[in-house]
Amino acid sequence: MQRLTAPDAAAVGDNPTADAHYEHPHARKGFFTDTSICIGCKACEVACKEWNRNPADSDYELSNSSFDNSEGLGADTWRHVAFIEQDRSRIEAARESGRELVSLGMPRIRPAGVPTTAGEAITTAVTGGMTGPLSEVAGRPPSGLPPAPDLGELDVLSSLGGGPTRPEDARAVDTTPPDTPEFRWLMSSDVCKHCTNAGCLDVCPTGALFRTEHGTVVVQDDVCNGCGTCVAGCPFGVIERRKDGIAQPKTERSAAPVTPTGPGKPEKARNVGVAQKCTLCYDRLVDDQTPACAQACPTTSIKYGEREDLVGGARERVARLHAEGRTEARLYGANPNDGVGGTGSVFLLLDEPEVYGLPPDPRVPTADLPRMYARAGIAMAGMAAASALAFVLGGRR
Amino acid sequence: MANADCIVIQGSNMAEAHPVGFQWVTEAKARGAKVFHVDPRFSRTSAVADKHVPIRAGSDIVLLGALINYVLTQEKWFREYVVAYTNAATIVNEDFRDAEDLDGLFSGYDEESGGYDMKSWAYEPEPGSGSGGAGVGNGAAEDSAREDGAEASTEAAGQQYGSGGPDVETRLPRRDETLQHPRTVFQILKRHYARYTPEMVRDACGISVADFEELARTITENSGRERTTCFAYAVGWTQHTVGAQYIRTATILQLLLGNMGRPGGGIMALRGHASIQGCTDIPTLFNLLPGYLPMPTVEKQDLGTYIESIASKKQKGYWAEADAYTVSLLKAWWGEAAHAGNDYAYDYIPRLTGPHGTYQTVEGMIAGDVEGYFLLGQNPAVGSANGRMQRMGMSHLKWLVVRDFQLIESATWWKDGPEIATGELRTEDIDTEVFFFPAANHVEKAGTFTQTQRLLQWRHQAVAPPGDAQSELQFFHELGKRIRARLADSTDPRDRPLLDLTWDYPEDEHGEPDGEAILREINGHQLTGPDAGTLLSSYTQMKADGSTAGGCWIYTGVFADGINHAADRTPGGGDGPQTEEWGWAWPSNRRILYNRASADPQGRPWSERKKLVWWDEDQGKWVGNDVPDFPVDRAPGSAPDPSLGGAAALAGDDPFIMQADGKGWLFAPKGMVDGPLPTHYEPQESPVRNPLYRQQHNPTRVTLPRKDNLSAPEPGAPGSDVYPFVFTTYRLTEHHTAGGMSRWLPYLAELQPEMFCEVSPELAAERGLEPYGWATLISPRAAIEAKVLVTERMRPLRVGGQTVHQIGLPYHWGVGNDAVVTGDSANDLLGITLDPNVLIQGSKVGAVDIRPGRRPRGRELLRLVEDYQRRAHLTVDTGNEGVTGSHEEAGAEEATDRSERLDHESTDQPGAEE
Amino acid sequence: MSRFSFLEWPVIRQFRTDDSSGRSSAVTSPTTRAIAPRTTTADRSVQSVCPYCAVGCGQKVFVTDERVVQIEGDPDSPISRGRLCPKGSASEQLVNTSNRQTKVLYRAPRATEWQEMDVETATEMVVDRFLESRRNGWQDLDEQGRRLARTMGVASLGGATLDNEENYLIKKLFTAAGAIQIENQARI
Repeated sequence: MQRLTAPDAAAVGDNPTADAHYEHPHARKGFFTDTSICIGCKACEVACKEWNRNPADSDYELSNSSFDNSEGLGADTWRHVAFIEQDRSRIEAARESGRELVSLGMPRIRPAGVPTTAGEAITTAVTGGMTGPLSEVAGRPPSGLPPAPDLGELDVLSSLGGGPTRPEDARAVDTTPPDTPEFRWLMSSDVCKHCTNAGCLDVCPTGALFRTEHGTVVVQDDVCNGCGTCVAGCPFGVIERRKDGIAQPKTERSAAPVTPTGPGKPEKARNVGVAQKCTLCYDRLVDDQTPACAQACPTTSIKYGEREDLVGGARERVARLHAEGRTEARLYGANPNDGVGGTGSVFLLLDEPEVYGLPPDPRVPTADLPRMYARAGIAMAGMAAASALAFVLGGRR
Repeated sequence: MANADCIVIQGSNMAEAHPVGFQWVTEAKARGAKVFHVDPRFSRTSAVADKHVPIRAGSDIVLLGALINYVLTQEKWFREYVVAYTNAATIVNEDFRDAEDLDGLFSGYDEESGGYDMKSWAYEPEPGSGSGGAGVGNGAAEDSAREDGAEASTEAAGQQYGSGGPDVETRLPRRDETLQHPRTVFQILKRHYARYTPEMVRDACGISVADFEELARTITENSGRERTTCFAYAVGWTQHTVGAQYIRTATILQLLLGNMGRPGGGIMALRGHASIQGCTDIPTLFNLLPGYLPMPTVEKQDLGTYIESIASKKQKGYWAEADAYTVSLLKAWWGEAAHAGNDYAYDYIPRLTGPHGTYQTVEGMIAGDVEGYFLLGQNPAVGSANGRMQRMGMSHLKWLVVRDFQLIESATWWKDGPEIATGELRTEDIDTEVFFFPAANHVEKAGTFTQTQRLLQWRHQAVAPPGDAQSELQFFHELGKRIRARLADSTDPRDRPLLDLTWDYPEDEHGEPDGEAILREINGHQLTGPDAGTLLSSYTQMKADGSTAGGCWIYTGVFADGINHAADRTPGGGDGPQTEEWGWAWPSNRRILYNRASADPQGRPWSERKKLVWWDEDQGKWVGNDVPDFPVDRAPGSAPDPSLGGAAALAGDDPFIMQADGKGWLFAPKGMVDGPLPTHYEPQESPVRNPLYRQQHNPTRVTLPRKDNLSAPEPGAPGSDVYPFVFTTYRLTEHHTAGGMSRWLPYLAELQPEMFCEVSPELAAERGLEPYGWATLISPRAAIEAKVLVTERMRPLRVGGQTVHQIGLPYHWGVGNDAVVTGDSANDLLGITLDPNVLIQGSKVGAVDIRPGRRPRGRELLRLVEDYQRRAHLTVDTGNEGVTGSHEEAGAEEATDRSERLDHESTDQPGAEE
Repeated sequence: MSRFSFLEWPVIRQFRTDDSSGRSSAVTSPTTRAIAPRTTTADRSVQSVCPYCAVGCGQKVFVTDERVVQIEGDPDSPISRGRLCPKGSASEQLVNTSNRQTKVLYRAPRATEWQEMDVETATEMVVDRFLESRRNGWQDLDEQGRRLARTMGVASLGGATLDNEENYLIKKLFTAAGAIQIENQARI
């Protein structure tokens, strides 16, 4: 029997394993993907496929998207590098939007009359949360979100290594870079977010998905029956069922493309029909090994470690970039108050999330469950009361 | 590299081609280093650089020359370093005339041979020094100067570390330490680059004056005592008709700035194959023997002449011992059969009579001289310039052996190559026998690779090779054994070298020879005396009297004390900052060459921040964080008698120990066959006139004027608008060279599945190219098709009042049926014109037209190419002039003549070959 | 599979293990609980070097039942510090890909297809041809009567992907045979 428990960010906080009661609890593990040093080499994609023995996933044609030919995350592609080409106006806009996130996050410059909650909501974006739509800025925190943390969380800038020590100092720094380039080419490696409140996990009816002792969310291939409920449950579109129609290499000696069995001994793809996604290399973590993508990453754009440390480092990195005038930098997934309670995989982005194909305001579909349950409860109580009343009243008749 | 304060990546797409090496750039950048990427394209390297500077392909010497000019005129050069460690103060003899004086030619050019007599480039001797009035050179050396060029420098990238440079007979050249004498190298240098101005950079390279100044300012601000700048290059510099001079230009700049031999400085060659350094050190190259000893040319009929041609016994530095290295090699190969009585079997080595490089070999195939061909992990049908010529060449062979992992295009051209599709070849008519042998890969055999920083790393064998797969070691050992067995009874003297060869390596139960036994032979050992059999620990132990053997002197020490140091694997390389306990770097496990230059003439580090090795007065030796690349007890102030020769003659301030005078060469009095100073020449195919000189091209470049290797007309000549655009070729991260190790792997193939071209939005608009649609590209040699990536990463450049469009083409795809992904090959578009120093082809710049749509199929494809050739009035002489303007009038008439003949002979009848 | 145990029912475990939400330890399958990386379970690992570019990244090659099961970066290498590019990361596929050619093939003159051939026969045929072409292309002297002692009949291309020891044997054998036309990628 599964008990569908609604997410309770206040109780769970940043540690989604808190209620799992593992015998040997571990710190929550995650990724920090710093896209500002990504060279778009796709080593992460290959290292991931190689370790997990995921099949090639291609029609072997250009996918009309710059140097990106794997198109997106899916059952066979658990790391995906996006390539975005931008001209000067777009760079300036990104720089401005990033700067606004910071400015708005500073208590001193908060426009008078803006409700505190609004400032807080914005602040969370600065301090490493989801960069929300402007509606948040205007003072309407997304519905369903628990209250924002107190303003202590605001002071992320005070922890900057080498950066300004106080928020107000940041404004004194000339954050205009000497040279806005004419052009830039953004690269970013996407991956499963291993959400604090994981939609896929919440809706899985079979117990195939589980929360590991490292705080990650993993599918058990041998348990999953391929019902696909989780696919709709993921606000990021990450999880997917593996299709059996694996693209064949265009070779005369046609053979399945993925064959750990050795030359000349093709093997059928594994886990056909089963829900698939990044496991954060659960099968490496159990022996204290680094996930394949993070180990391969040539420039440490992908960092693996304890999430808390990673988020701290991520904030420092953003601050440093801002100090250099690269105000386009912002974090994605570090905010525990977003629609998924923060993510295990945190990203440093150089533009709005949408630019990278990331949802600006992801929400776990079960976020409304408490309210729904509450309402359903009220309704049931009402019905019960009504019934009882009916009996009572009817009995009187 | 991680220690650099500024990194200039030019002629390299480092982040894409060497992603893991790029971590050091990322690290330096995180520490505040500025990173510039100078490249025709905005690539993934540009994306993470501080600044991308677009440049017209083939104009790098103008930019680097202008940086030299900036450094000189703005007084930014490192005076103490330059005066002490370079030949700036040396005076050149009065017969020398610069390219500035002769409009692009140096003194000594011979139009007949197309080469230089280098006599007039020599140093002027100190009066009364008795070293011969002429200074450099004797008759024999001059005769062979042209072919020796390749020997002196091998392959441009390897040259940096490999070759010691040629002999300089003038051991006591005249010097003027004030640098004021008009014939000092310093003053010549100043005059030579005076017209290489920011405005010239703008007009030749398409780089704005502001961008140039930012680059120049950043480099100079990050050079000197406290700071260092590093350059990184790859084949974007070497694959030009003046490729070796590209590197020379950077060397001059780095010497002036004091950035050689110091941490975070230098010029880093980024090389593309696991052992490409190794295969020049222990060369599978026609012109070299192991350790950069030259293959003997026919002029060197005896050992003495041969040794003299390499180095004088009396010159400074380690090349003076070339006789010991040579005799040890001969002893390693022919053992007892090599003795003093027969010049140590010197006559067992065949003689060269000119260039016998890979492109000459292909000509030899077409001519029917070369009958048999081995391809060992190489795919020339896709990977070599002028792919059609490669494939046609192979179709003339009697037999072909391909050893690879996959059925690469070079193994299958006879049934699915492009010439089968056009009808030029018919499978049923091709007589070539083809043998495909599956090869063992890197985990299925043990051995060493030498990586780009001269580091030898041993690989242990993990598993046995599958099926019939064999290592090259086993295949060639077996081949040699069988050949020797067949000839065992031969009395023919030509078979003696084979029969006397030392060829008995222990084998394991699978027949795999013991690689360590071979590495021991390479390392060398004592042959006589009480230590007979002892492995050598240093090449300084080698003797010319036959008492030592060693297969490659620069590798001596890799097996010192009987330990395979290439297999040293202390995690992290040990505690030392130079990680010297991981693998073994030649020579003598030194990690930074010429590191004596990291200290000032008195032996003190130039600065605390940049210290590497220094003189310890108390110990009386050089100490520091690296193995000193210098005689360890040679005190800074010592000035031995230069006539001692060899290492003994090195003064305490001669850091460049492999150079004949111990100094860094700003001016090359010898050794570079195309001039003592790098000079800008336009590529073989260029849309613009040379803005600096009347001389359009490198006058000494090696051309192959053939009907199957035509070149585009000169700018302004009739038909020059037929191929109006520049194309440049490059690698992608996701693939490896000609694709043999990547296009068959689904994980890599899916990441870059199709051949494409990169064009600017402006060019796309001009030619009606649809994004991600098809385009056809036509060069004077071939036509190919590619998907179109329209991108702002490609930018049209304004050069000398005209717009130059550059088209980017990755070269990984080939036509065949076997690979997971296939496509047309960019290298088919390329022609073959070679750098005269190293015989590398200029493959980074070519001329094309581009138009929308797929290319025609079958015979129509040939008609398209011919139609273009006809419209451009191409003849075999087009673009192949030596001295510009010398044949202008004759050329025009001949053009009509030849083009008619071309038409006549064009491949209209089926099965026509050449 | 272990013997059936009522106590291992997820719903029972949910309460036994305090995994009250039933989404963690309570739902792990025996397979999940027994999971171990194949790098740990491998019979052995050896240190190697990436075969692609010239950076020389360290690799660790893991072997189980005499088959390569994993190749990944060697964290001990000061050159690469455990990192690999996409090509290096695909090395295991380079070794194991099903389309890899493991048989000797021969294409006869004018034939339209390959035929399989055993190594012994093929090697002997190559020896025959090597010796014949060496003879056909032999040059004793040049036109001035100077010693050449060489053959122009046989040539070779390749070496940049090979080991130093292999290049050494190739150069040694070819030189002794008088064959001078040996080239590799360094000039391409």
